[in-house]
Amino acid sequence: MITYSFLQHYWWFIISLLAGILAFLLFVQGGQSMLFSLSKTEDERRLLVNVLGRKWEFTFTTLVTFGGAFFASFPLFYSTSFGGAYWVWMAILFCFTLQAVSYEFQSKPGNVFGARTYRTFLFANGLLGTFLIGVAIATFFTGSDFSVNKGNITSQFAPVISQWGNPWHGLEALLNLRNLSLGLAVFFLARSQALLFFINRLSNEVLEKRSRKVLWINAIPFVVFFLIFVIWTLFSEGFAVDPTTGIVSLEKYKYFTNLMEMPVILGFFLLGVVGVLYGIGRSLLSGKFKSGIWYSGVGTIVTVCSLLLISGYNNTAFYPAFPNIQSSLTIFNASSSEFTLNAMSIVSLFIPVVLIYIFYAWRAMEKKRTDIDDVNNDSHAY
Amino acid sequence: MEILNASLVDWSRAQFAMTAMYHWLFVPLTLGLGVIMSVMESLYVKTGNEEWKKATQFWMTLFGVNFAIGVATGIILEFEFGTNWSNYSWFVGDIFGAPLAIEGIMAFFMEATFISIMFFGWNKVSKKFHLASTWLTVTGATLSALWILVANAWMQYPVGMHFNPETVRNEMTDFWSILLSPVAINKFFHTVLSGWVLGGLFVVGVSSWYLIKKRQIDFALKSILVGSIFGLVSALLLAFTGDGSAYNVSQRQPMKLAAMEGLYEGKSGAGLIAIGVLNSEKKSYNDAVNPYLFKIEVPKLLSLLAYRDADAFVPGVKDIIDGGYQTKDGLALSFAEKQASGKVAIQSLANYQKAVSVKDTAEATLQKAQLEKNFKHFGYGYLDKPEQLIPNVPTVFYSFHLMVILGMYFIALFALVIYYNYNKKFENAGWLQWICLLSIPLGYVAGELGWAVAEVGRQPWAIQDILPVQAAISGISSQSVQITFFLFLVLFTALLFAEVGIMLKQIKKGPEGH
Repeated sequence: MITYSFLQHYWWFIISLLAGILAFLLFVQGGQSMLFSLSKTEDERRLLVNVLGRKWEFTFTTLVTFGGAFFASFPLFYSTSFGGAYWVWMAILFCFTLQAVSYEFQSKPGNVFGARTYRTFLFANGLLGTFLIGVAIATFFTGSDFSVNKGNITSQFAPVISQWGNPWHGLEALLNLRNLSLGLAVFFLARSQALLFFINRLSNEVLEKRSRKVLWINAIPFVVFFLIFVIWTLFSEGFAVDPTTGIVSLEKYKYFTNLMEMPVILGFFLLGVVGVLYGIGRSLLSGKFKSGIWYSGVGTIVTVCSLLLISGYNNTAFYPAFPNIQSSLTIFNASSSEFTLNAMSIVSLFIPVVLIYIFYAWRAMEKKRTDIDDVNNDSHAY
Repeated sequence: MEILNASLVDWSRAQFAMTAMYHWLFVPLTLGLGVIMSVMESLYVKTGNEEWKKATQFWMTLFGVNFAIGVATGIILEFEFGTNWSNYSWFVGDIFGAPLAIEGIMAFFMEATFISIMFFGWNKVSKKFHLASTWLTVTGATLSALWILVANAWMQYPVGMHFNPETVRNEMTDFWSILLSPVAINKFFHTVLSGWVLGGLFVVGVSSWYLIKKRQIDFALKSILVGSIFGLVSALLLAFTGDGSAYNVSQRQPMKLAAMEGLYEGKSGAGLIAIGVLNSEKKSYNDAVNPYLFKIEVPKLLSLLAYRDADAFVPGVKDIIDGGYQTKDGLALSFAEKQASGKVAIQSLANYQKAVSVKDTAEATLQKAQLEKNFKHFGYGYLDKPEQLIPNVPTVFYSFHLMVILGMYFIALFALVIYYNYNKKFENAGWLQWICLLSIPLGYVAGELGWAVAEVGRQPWAIQDILPVQAAISGISSQSVQITFFLFLVLFTALLFAEVGIMLKQIKKGPEGH
């Protein structure tokens, strides 16, 4: 029997899964943040741009779909967070806008600003996009200063339902060390994944060697910041919801409890972390191992998905309000109606079809590793 | 709590309008050029003629440049519903979010996956797989247009929903009536066809430039053949769907129709203005000033087009505000009556919430019934005076008429090009080649005007009759919106310059430089 509660859980799973896939695909941004540092010659830089440029649309599309799916399934989050944390989201959007044109424009004659400008845009997107998305997601655990009062709609002169509590509109999240630690973890993870992607996709010994070398200085900060965030979060207070009254309260070790009470998610979480560490570790230790991206990629999807699941499942507020904690958003009070979730669930059955054709197309295009000759012989090369 | 001010509403509208207008500079060409290059590639696969492949690849390069910037502006539009119209996003997110999510799942991934094969797969996959990828890229783009236009049509004609006072929002009750609403279907075809017409104008115009320069004659004539036939068929269908569009407006948004025609005093057997100049002395909807300085009208045509009856009564601005005329649902209510009903609806909602909080079930039931009875005028409760109901008449009037004139001009132009081409005279008709080249910008102008009619014409409504723009916004300062407005304006303008620069260079380089 498909109940309303099942649908709300199902859609929180879809959102968490999309967030996981997005976190994996941010390797494109991670690679962009190393465009200038990893390459020494123009040929090398061009190769990096082209190998990333064939994947950027996937990341971009996943981000847009993540937004659309969030809107359809949890509209109160969409209205509260985007309208409230205005500056953080606008900064993220701004740097993704820069990315969208930069691959196509950077090598074309007549592009007005020159290749270096567009590559700087890509660098900016790589730096800010990853970090800010990490900070924004961290607020799912640390809370934001907002209030929701649906009664406002009946006021003719101040009808806005969701109000942000400070004039910084999201920028205040940058002052929270736990948010920063997830931002930095996502940034260094994206770079580590990009290096594994280069090792896997490039047919260029110099760049491959350099990628393995640089992997150390990205993997270690990633692990450090990730551990800081996870340990801090698991052992700090979380936002618990009383399932009968809907009252939100602060509960010690809430996220740790969630993991313990949902052993399947705990299992996936641990598997995911092992996958990421295995992918990175074996690539560091063995000069011949090229498949690290797959282990760490799948590991990233599973880990991020599990993290978001514990932020919303087991009677937890996924978008906590602080200090007005009763305004916190839960998968129950922020979701769409049962009818809409049902209709959207039918649409979501299309997702496996999408994954199949993406897999098929990826395989068709990636039969061999890319080198600079491939780029030079391609009429549409960036 | 931040109190609403007009400046915030205006800047939020300005930011959305600016983003949408930039977005619409790029999307229609993607839609139109996409089909044309797919047709050319199909001809290549069918005939094996390398010239068709060369032509396909040339137009594909321009498609790519244009596509990228369309994507860049598109992402901002999607998220602006949340960032700048947060109340709206909650109030109707249960309905409006669905098409956006479906757009992502069904359309964007299709585009993103197959565009990569289309651009980079020429030597990696078979000819037929490549052709399928090109068509799927264009199909993805067109499906994306479908879903966003379904969403837009729903704002103009909200169907398939009911208001739930417990959650304080509108909730979906019928997915299919939203997807298949006559406004949605017509809007989809009319809008996509306008992109196809632009694609035709662009291909014919750019190819004419090669003929003027006496370069790439064979390529240019081949492209003109495809572009002009495609353009003419699209332009004729565009006119047909335009009629459907105006009919829908007359049935569901009479104020927009009145603004389109500058019609203040309604009449039976109303004529359609072919050309007209508005009188700027007209300051109020109920002063006695003649709204036109000059007009040429076709007798009875407006009544015929709007109501399929040459003698039907078409209400003007004043009639819609004063009410009292006959409609198919009975006598039309006046603004004051609708406003009173809207205020009752809003107050009933407030009373309902109070009753629920003190667990007074009887009172809650009573208030809910009162709310349901008056809900169709809910949005009027936010309005103060009748003037707020009137969109900017000159903008809507001139946009509409110029758009129609341009639409007619495109039909004539394509027909002329086909005639000259068929008789092998186009290659030497320098004057016609120049006209074709100079007509490219007119396709863009017509598209933007169409959106101005649709969006300015529906003001003050974010959702027709249910939610005016001032109740749809986010709780941010107008200064914040001003800053992002100018940031995006500078960014989009810079990118537009770059796009045009690249396009011109690629065109100059030509298909042989490929």
